[in-house]
Amino acid sequence: MIQGKGHPKDAFLRSERLPHIWCPGCGIGIVLNAYLNALALSGIPREEVVLISGIGCTARLPGYANADSYHTTHGRSIAFATGMKIANPKLHISLISGDGDLFNIGGNHIMHAARRNIDLNVICVNNFNYGMTGGQHGSTTPAGSVTASSPYGNLEQSFNLPYMMKAMGASYVSRWTALHVRQLTRSIAKSFTVRGFSFIEVLSVCPPNFGKDNGFADAYAQMQYFREHCEIDNNADLHNAGVTFSGDRPIILGDFYHKTRPTFHDIEREIIERVRVDR
Amino acid sequence: MQAVQKYNAIMTGNEAVAFGAKLARVGFISAYPITPQTTIVEKLAEMVANREISAHYVEVESEHSAMAAVFASELVGVRSYTATSSHGLLYMHEMLHWTAGQRLPVVMSVVNRALGPPWNIWTEQTDSMNQKETGWLQVYCESNQEALDSILMGYKIAESPDVLLPLMSMEDAFILSHTSEPVILPDQDQVDSFLPPLNLSFRVDLKNPMGYGSYSTPDGPYMELRKDMMDSLRNSRKVISKVTKEFGETFGRNYSGLIEKFMMEDAEYAIIASGTLASTGKYVVSKLRQEGKKVGLIRVRFFRPFPDLEIAEAVTDLKGVGVIDRSTSYGSAGPTALEVRSALYGKSEIPVAAFIAGLGGRDVKVEDFEKMFQYVEQGKTGNFYINVKEAC
Repeated sequence: MIQGKGHPKDAFLRSERLPHIWCPGCGIGIVLNAYLNALALSGIPREEVVLISGIGCTARLPGYANADSYHTTHGRSIAFATGMKIANPKLHISLISGDGDLFNIGGNHIMHAARRNIDLNVICVNNFNYGMTGGQHGSTTPAGSVTASSPYGNLEQSFNLPYMMKAMGASYVSRWTALHVRQLTRSIAKSFTVRGFSFIEVLSVCPPNFGKDNGFADAYAQMQYFREHCEIDNNADLHNAGVTFSGDRPIILGDFYHKTRPTFHDIEREIIERVRVDR
Repeated sequence: MQAVQKYNAIMTGNEAVAFGAKLARVGFISAYPITPQTTIVEKLAEMVANREISAHYVEVESEHSAMAAVFASELVGVRSYTATSSHGLLYMHEMLHWTAGQRLPVVMSVVNRALGPPWNIWTEQTDSMNQKETGWLQVYCESNQEALDSILMGYKIAESPDVLLPLMSMEDAFILSHTSEPVILPDQDQVDSFLPPLNLSFRVDLKNPMGYGSYSTPDGPYMELRKDMMDSLRNSRKVISKVTKEFGETFGRNYSGLIEKFMMEDAEYAIIASGTLASTGKYVVSKLRQEGKKVGLIRVRFFRPFPDLEIAEAVTDLKGVGVIDRSTSYGSAGPTALEVRSALYGKSEIPVAAFIAGLGGRDVKVEDFEKMFQYVEQGKTGNFYINVKEAC
């Protein structure tokens, strides 16, 4: 049935919450669209899906999806999701949050969720700064970048997230940008089928903060940079996959890693079964 | 005779406290961004980068780390500063106990903001009221000028050998933090003569190695150390009065110690409030005075140490008093009301009405104050929520 009004994703959106809060040119809306398309492709009933986020601009995303969602507190999204997934392993839990929430104030938790191989689908929208508080530098801000708290350039080295998450024990690792919508959608759909901890980094744009301060006049300019400097290499050596905007080396994207190993939930069940038999 | 006061700047509360930290010549700043505090440390980051202040600045990965970092920098004898709000302050909580327990005179700005869920960025004092048991001194500011001056007085009070405890200075979210007001920016020379460099009697010193943190059994010095903290906090009221007086003599701005009394001389009824609620309260008191009502207001500046003696003395002979809290102690009453009732116990029989108002940044308007004064005049003694909607 074709209706005159509305959006094809209306069933997946809390339309009454729109318009959203994101700035013009922001990449987070693109991620929301990719996520909803992937969810539709996966065939998973909305009733079995829970979206979780922490704090910041990206953390507002679950509030627009027409599914159970929780906008948790600063940095605690992964710990929250861990408790929910272990308590009810039937739930499909997607955790969509920003680099600040997942790797700065919540940095400890994500290491341990990957190590435990909790069956979560984590999508990290990396805009290279704390967007919501006005663009300060964090652990993903490339060295030398100008931000509200590093006016003469960031003196710290940044995290290389796919390399880190693979090392921490994630079962699936990929990276795309807000420009690579089709690949991103396919990766998200794939992550729904991955048993264990899956991690997708989405490099995004933050036009009024990181973008403006680092030579990108608008969202288009940073997207153009992605278009010109990204290379897809599924077999990349992740050690060399750090992101810079200096133009001297490519930004590596790809479906980097997928290796199944027992999840926390598998091992938990196995131990319970074994103890029962032993008795 | 005081010098004529001339405003020489217009700035938000957050800019004012950043200038306070600059004028105090802090040597170390560590913080983590959180609305509505962020613009304080952004301003300081800019000052550090421009070498307007000679301080080290590190933006760490959480507020818990920020307090740990200033704890350690203070322990090497460097005057240290941080700022936070709301959930950031709660996340620091563990380290707040450590900073006070180690007797480190750190000064921190807190922009009072509500706590989730649901998310709310507007003003409420529950975040700092949650910290009243940590051993920190607490001062609640009413203006951007007071917010700036409280940083300067704060270091002087905290670093006094008779106190040696950390101090947090509060400003209301947005009402002060993001609203511009005329401010008198003091002279650096004047500040330097008022606030000498930090000279911590104990510090990490390679020539005199000591073990810090350590361990105490139930028989050890633990309980004695805690009693000493209590004694120092109780006695800090003398230092507060002295420093406030000295500040007035140096800069010509007189803050009246732990509490401020407004039109209390012949008052029969009064309301006790803190922060910017007191400003609206003063306006209403002036209005009611014109109508012939003998009302007054007491502004709580310091909540720790709590001005129990000062408040008891000020209200004993009144016919009734009301206490406004912009925070709650669930299952009991507002924290200020609890303290006031305790302060009056055995000293005065006057009725005390406890009001909870303005949670989550809800405006507390003139008519709300008029209603509260009516309750006080009627001699009510219960706990009341002001301006709550029937159904939401």
